[in-house]
Amino acid sequence: MMEPFKSFESTCFPFFKDDIDTDQIIPARFLKGTTKTGLGKKLFYDWRYDEQGNIRPDSFFDSSLYANSQILVSGHNFGCGSSREHAPWSLKDFGFRAIIAVSFADIFYNNALKNFLLPISLPEPVVKSLIQHVEDDPAYKVAIDMEAQEVKLSGEGVFSFDINAFRKKCLVEGLDDIAYVLSYLPQIETFEQATGKS
Amino acid sequence: MTQPKTLYEKIWDAHVVHQEKDGPAILYIDRHLIHEVTSPQAFSGLKNRGLKVRRPDLTTATEDHSIPTTDRSLPIEDEAARFQLQTLAENCKAYGVPLYDVASGYQGIVHVIGPELGLTQPGITLVCGDSHTSTHGAFGALAFGIGTSEVELVLATQCLLQTRSKTMEIRVEGTLPQWVTAKDVILYIISKIGVGGATGHVIEYTGSAIRSLTMEGRMTLCNMSIEAGARAGMVAPDEATFEYLKGRQFAPKGADFEKACEVWRQLKTDDGAVYDQQIVLQASDIEPMVTYGTHPGMALKISQLIPKMEDLHTPAEKIELENALDYMGLKSGLPIQGTPIDVVFIGSCTNSRIEDLRLAASVLKNHKVSQHVKALVVPGSAVIKKQAESEGLADIFKNSGCEWREPGCSMCIAMNGDIVASGKACASTSNRNFKGRQGKGSRTFLVSPIMAAAAAITGKLVDIRNWENE
Repeated sequence: MMEPFKSFESTCFPFFKDDIDTDQIIPARFLKGTTKTGLGKKLFYDWRYDEQGNIRPDSFFDSSLYANSQILVSGHNFGCGSSREHAPWSLKDFGFRAIIAVSFADIFYNNALKNFLLPISLPEPVVKSLIQHVEDDPAYKVAIDMEAQEVKLSGEGVFSFDINAFRKKCLVEGLDDIAYVLSYLPQIETFEQATGKS
Repeated sequence: MTQPKTLYEKIWDAHVVHQEKDGPAILYIDRHLIHEVTSPQAFSGLKNRGLKVRRPDLTTATEDHSIPTTDRSLPIEDEAARFQLQTLAENCKAYGVPLYDVASGYQGIVHVIGPELGLTQPGITLVCGDSHTSTHGAFGALAFGIGTSEVELVLATQCLLQTRSKTMEIRVEGTLPQWVTAKDVILYIISKIGVGGATGHVIEYTGSAIRSLTMEGRMTLCNMSIEAGARAGMVAPDEATFEYLKGRQFAPKGADFEKACEVWRQLKTDDGAVYDQQIVLQASDIEPMVTYGTHPGMALKISQLIPKMEDLHTPAEKIELENALDYMGLKSGLPIQGTPIDVVFIGSCTNSRIEDLRLAASVLKNHKVSQHVKALVVPGSAVIKKQAESEGLADIFKNSGCEWREPGCSMCIAMNGDIVASGKACASTSNRNFKGRQGKGSRTFLVSPIMAAAAAITGKLVDIRNWENE
């Protein structure tokens, strides 16, 4: 079982750019590892570190202003590029629980959901006003209501978002794919017996 | 009377354990192949949950992506690669998964050893954490690549969550001209339908030209289905399939084999079944092919000219062509023939089987590799390597000046130290010509094994049909 995905409220990290690809999220040279953990350190590596591998003084990902933000806000086509699951792994390991963007690349969107990182697509004007609020006041908070499939932006209103019903069930009940399929273990065993695969 | 079904639908229906309403199906997986690069996080996930590999008997491992193709008696220099391989060995031991490592004598590219061991059989579902898993569809199996979370899911449950794909028939009719191989057929198809042409679909290849292909040829064809965006590619099994499987280690034996063949003969698309899309091509239109750009859809007949800007319709296509030609160091409107080549790579899950090596050797025999060319021949498996050595092919390669290497993915993905240097041009029998695929700045020209062999001798891209007369 995974931790059920509950409604939550958080400050946001403003990163309003289009076409953030998986090579920017985590560069290919960090794929020879054998673990998912610790990848948060490599997240947006080339934006954050200098040539010596030290965090740049101007790295806004490491700025105390947004230290505990659990929502990343971005533009069009977030997560384009390769199918590497290191991208959602590193975002989650860094501390993000949801990404609000204008749109997402297909494979990234599915990989994120499988890893309980909630991708929320909202219309561009809404995302732009959210960015404006966060830039004006880093303490500005956004509430995500998982049950109602809504994002509450104070001073702006309530905006609903789409999510596949099956995927929503998995998130809300804390069923990851493995827990979900294992809940059908008797059927799998029956299938194996009936088809001579046991 | 039951509804007529396509081959894909028959295999799909036979493997659905449960269909979630408005959701995915739980699909049973008959065979799971794993390798060192996409499995370590899956095993650690399993360990964190306290789960076992549910069916180690249906799981098979080998080492291919990051393993060096040089002297195997030496230690592996790249620490990260060594650790990945060591992790695979430890995981296989801990979870009881058979590992075909170097010491086993059966090590090789995962998509080469599956069929070679007889693990790949008609009608099965087969997955692997590698996009070129589509290769196994050559046997009339439903085979496709998966991500690491899915590798973990299959290890834990022997099932996957999948939604049904659409179906596409690609029919190639007629007799393939001399010197036209399965590689040319698939490059021709992708050049026609584009790299996204089969997105969301499973392709079934049909028609007399496909039927005439050997099993090796069908594997080459199905291998590159993914490069057209397809989920999988398949060819209905026939007597050639059964002949290939007979006597292989994991194939049924004796009377069981005959019984299996009876079942396998039913694995074909019924008369009256409907595909979501159909494409018909003529074998006589296909020539030896070569790519000129930075994805496999940018392919030409060897006799053609590199496209001109005015040949293209949309601004996006023009920008793509301009960027590709700039990267490849080519000029639009000029012949692709005669382009100088620095490196030749004969290998990969697309073209490293015994037939590929025989074809390449038949061209290289009594010739020398151009002194400006570095040529690598990397057999797909230890079994193929041994066979090529006993047939005298290895001597032909070595005498001509090619490097004869140990089996692995090698220069196709350039993870193991076998790389094409920046700015160098490589005639390659592999499957992807993306920017930087064979090394940062590398320029890849995808071709068949015979075209690669002729490029090695002449040091340039030539037409295999008439290069000796020039």
